[in-house]
Amino acid sequence: MKERSISFILLITAFGALVALGLITYFIFQAGVPLIAKVGLWQFLAGSTWNPTAKPPAFGILPMIVGSLWLTFGSLVIGVPLGLAVAIFMVELAPAWLAVVMRPAIQLLAGIPSVIYGFIGLTLLAPVIRATLGGPGLSVLTGAIILGFMILPTIIAISEDAIRAVPIAVREGAVALGSSHWQVITGVLLPTARSGIIAGIILGMGRALGETMAVIMMIGNSLAIPVSPLQPATTLTSNIGLEMAYASGQHREALFATGVVLFVFIMILNALATTFVRRPGTSRRSA
Amino acid sequence: MHIRTRRLLSIAAVRGPRGRCWRSLLFLALLPLLLAACGQSDSAGLTVTGSTSVAPFAEHLAELYQHAHAGTAINIQSLGSSAGIQAAIDGVAEIGMSSRELKPEEADKLDELVIARDALAVIVHPANPVSKLSLKQVQDIFSGSVRSWSALGGPEQPIDLVIREAGSGTAGAFDELIMKGKAITITALRQGSNGAIRQVVAENPNAIGYISLGIVDNTVKALAINNVAPSVAHVEAGTYTFVRPFLFVWRKGHTFSPLAKQYIDYVMSAEGQQELQNLGLVKGPASP
Repeated sequence: MKERSISFILLITAFGALVALGLITYFIFQAGVPLIAKVGLWQFLAGSTWNPTAKPPAFGILPMIVGSLWLTFGSLVIGVPLGLAVAIFMVELAPAWLAVVMRPAIQLLAGIPSVIYGFIGLTLLAPVIRATLGGPGLSVLTGAIILGFMILPTIIAISEDAIRAVPIAVREGAVALGSSHWQVITGVLLPTARSGIIAGIILGMGRALGETMAVIMMIGNSLAIPVSPLQPATTLTSNIGLEMAYASGQHREALFATGVVLFVFIMILNALATTFVRRPGTSRRSA
Repeated sequence: MHIRTRRLLSIAAVRGPRGRCWRSLLFLALLPLLLAACGQSDSAGLTVTGSTSVAPFAEHLAELYQHAHAGTAINIQSLGSSAGIQAAIDGVAEIGMSSRELKPEEADKLDELVIARDALAVIVHPANPVSKLSLKQVQDIFSGSVRSWSALGGPEQPIDLVIREAGSGTAGAFDELIMKGKAITITALRQGSNGAIRQVVAENPNAIGYISLGIVDNTVKALAINNVAPSVAHVEAGTYTFVRPFLFVWRKGHTFSPLAKQYIDYVMSAEGQQELQNLGLVKGPASP
């Protein structure tokens, strides 16, 4: 009896999460889709002018889409090689005592509030970039470097698990064939763990695409389409975060519509990640 | 005490965007509750609605007042000047707040009281050799036709513009009072609060931005426009004209609730006015 009531309570709780997701989806679409319909999907996505309070207003989010793509790509360029290197090091090379120190340190990296990262980018990195490379300092590059570090924990944790999950027999086989340690890593472990590593990268990408607070602080938020990493930009998320407080009427609807676009982006990324998360080796064996 | 509250306010200003994300998140999560709650009005308390620029000051005074008079409930809502004016016309809120002059059709229906005034200051990095500009030069800079400090007697460096985002009251006042309708270039950096603009300008020797006069401190340099320096004295003398009024508005012929009357009296009292001036505002024109 007690068992049953507890499982019932847990069921309700689980449904709570589903209901919350459903409500969020419903409200974002309900608030955003009418404006997209009015402006026209193509005009909304490919319009390069965003001026929501002008008369007549212009609702084109291309600058933000380009900004989001730039920033996400940039953070992957920084985060993926670094994250993969750390994961390989942790599994294969690190002495036990060092791994014991590093694992919590990396978890701590994930626990630092994003506003702190943003603050570091704004006050430490931006002046250095302005002084050495030029531009206003608040730029795609500044954001990408800091964001690259912010997505490290995701990439490291999932890649590490994937590499660790490679069956011992596969590794032993490679060693028995006379491979060096490095050959085992690059020739056997990484290819076998590939699907898990890609899933980690996609989840990191989702984090980079969705980050708002730190991005507002670091990226400068200008509405011009960036053509160089030293220029400022606006992303889908940072524009919503920046403008939501004072937006009303159509302006507010347009921000929800931006949210719809972001929602679809994230859905696609998550779907991709889910397809890639399989047991390591599965895709290998079937191939 | 005053210095402390001022510092608190400026911290709040710097942290502005974060609070906003929260607010929008909360908005999403609590929308059904909010909709349900909108139907009820609080008969015991006083509701003051409107300008996001006026709200922090009204809130500060409301807190002081409530602290001194236990059991009173003053609810300050920060929704924008137009929303506040409309709420006052409709009678949804007893007092509306506006940071712009009333339009003629609004003035027909409302009485107004200038509780204070706020001046806009154009600011640069303290190390910038430029210390005054003509209004035309400010317009040329922000519209993007002047792009280097060398054209203004400064070093051979690009000008980095820092502005507020669309919809903000400060941005609206700048567009109206200084740009006079000219469009600002899209390459400008946008920041979510006066405090954030001040910080970006304080760290970038090439930057120029605009903030409320009350927020100016020694980390930035406020420029004279048309040879008039932005200062409280010049605003009061009427020589520095980039000024917007902070208004309380209410329906013509409205009889105030006792609490509303007391709150307005407190805001206009010597103590309330002193608080506002300590926070950087300028007192209203001499007439009552």
